[in-house]
Amino acid sequence: MNRVAITGSGTINSLGHSVEETFVNMAEGLCGIGPLSFRDVDRLDIKIGGQVKDFDPTTVFNRQQLSLYDRVTQFTLIAAKEAIEQSGIVFSGELAAKSGVVLGTAGGGVSTWDDNYRAVYEEGKNRVHPFVVPKLMNNAAASHVSMEYNLKGPSFTVSTACASSNHAMAQAFQMVRSGLSDVMVTGGSESMLCFGGVKAWEGLRVMSKDACRPFSANRNGMVQGEGAAIFILENLDKAKKRGAVILAEVIGYAMSSDASDIVMPSKQGAARAIKGALLDARLNPEDVKYINAHGTGTAANDKTECAAVADVFGRHADNLMLSSTKSMHGHLIGGTGAVELLACIMAVKDGIIAPTIGYEEADPECALDVVPNQAREAEVDVALSNAFAFGGLNAVLAVRSV
Amino acid sequence: MDIGAKVIDIIAEQAILEPCDVTLESTLESLGIDSMGLVESIFAIEEAFDIQIPFNANDPSDSEFNISSISSIISGIEKLVAEKP
Repeated sequence: MNRVAITGSGTINSLGHSVEETFVNMAEGLCGIGPLSFRDVDRLDIKIGGQVKDFDPTTVFNRQQLSLYDRVTQFTLIAAKEAIEQSGIVFSGELAAKSGVVLGTAGGGVSTWDDNYRAVYEEGKNRVHPFVVPKLMNNAAASHVSMEYNLKGPSFTVSTACASSNHAMAQAFQMVRSGLSDVMVTGGSESMLCFGGVKAWEGLRVMSKDACRPFSANRNGMVQGEGAAIFILENLDKAKKRGAVILAEVIGYAMSSDASDIVMPSKQGAARAIKGALLDARLNPEDVKYINAHGTGTAANDKTECAAVADVFGRHADNLMLSSTKSMHGHLIGGTGAVELLACIMAVKDGIIAPTIGYEEADPECALDVVPNQAREAEVDVALSNAFAFGGLNAVLAVRSV
Repeated sequence: MDIGAKVIDIIAEQAILEPCDVTLESTLESLGIDSMGLVESIFAIEEAFDIQIPFNANDPSDSEFNISSISSIISGIEKLVAEKP
């Protein structure tokens, strides 16, 4: 089995248009959530979200590219560029033939569905642009990354709702660890912040109208976000040999299915995924100092997650830090695990723990150290990243400092 | 604006050329318009003239609509516009 290094990272989300900007704003506990701005927002009950700000796609992509790139693909390509450039890898020959891209998204080109349904249903048009299908398909982003960077190996998109990115990154990790590929591009993205995308979530009655306050007793639901984060996973020995800068090492993962309810999370399912990741990474519970929580800010998730962590870690649960950065960037749904892996990298690389902001009132059912409101400095060797999806599909990743 | 000039404008935009570089004798191939560019052009023409072009991308040569040159495209569109109810 090969060791697996992260040798590149890139992002665009409501906290920043790069990893550096995102790290600075996570460390400052900045809130990227604010009033939503798009067509017909006045017809929504939920009017807040973690939107990517100051982003004009026409300054990045030409007209022909934009006719094929949904906003989710735009985000993905921007994050991929940053990650691949940081890694310094140019894909050619045998390396290109074996390197692929595995990404997560829950909705794919949601705005493209939304815009074109409007055209045919609301405006009564009988004709849509010829590229609607290649623009909205869930694998569009992965395919455009593969075309842009000559990635000719195993490439596909994973869609497991809120765990999509973690499932995707686990797949890519497994490919590099097993030796199938020396380098994989992975991560995830989401862009559901349009009228139909938010309206659908409103229906579930789990959304907050004012803020995402994970683990706080007065929390009142989740807040959507958007964006992408992309990572380069590389055979660690080969990365060292070529003198690459290694951001962190991925050391294990586990996946589980609750097999119980389509929306309610299960403590057992979450605990099995966390425990499985420890086992896969050959860790003792005491080795883990930080967990980036799934921490959606809903009553159901937060207490189930805390109970699962308490179960797996026993007394050590009181010594570890568990924060939810969704309080800052919102819930990126299928892209969320990717952006949240950044918080784990910041913890193990820079020793800065991103806080859970908006924390106002202790909840006895979430009585763990949630790093409330202010980032903290701490030496962290090992961090976990949790993702628990609708449908009961869970995936947990483990990373270590190098 | 006459139909020919408007069609040339649409094709030129698709080919990222000036309209003066598109002649009646030009073929889509000579202008660098590929199969994706072709369906996009047909969409733009349908939108502009509010017509339905009988074109099957699976087998363009089998379509009733002749796309062998700009002039054949223009005459096809003139016919469709004239037949509009």
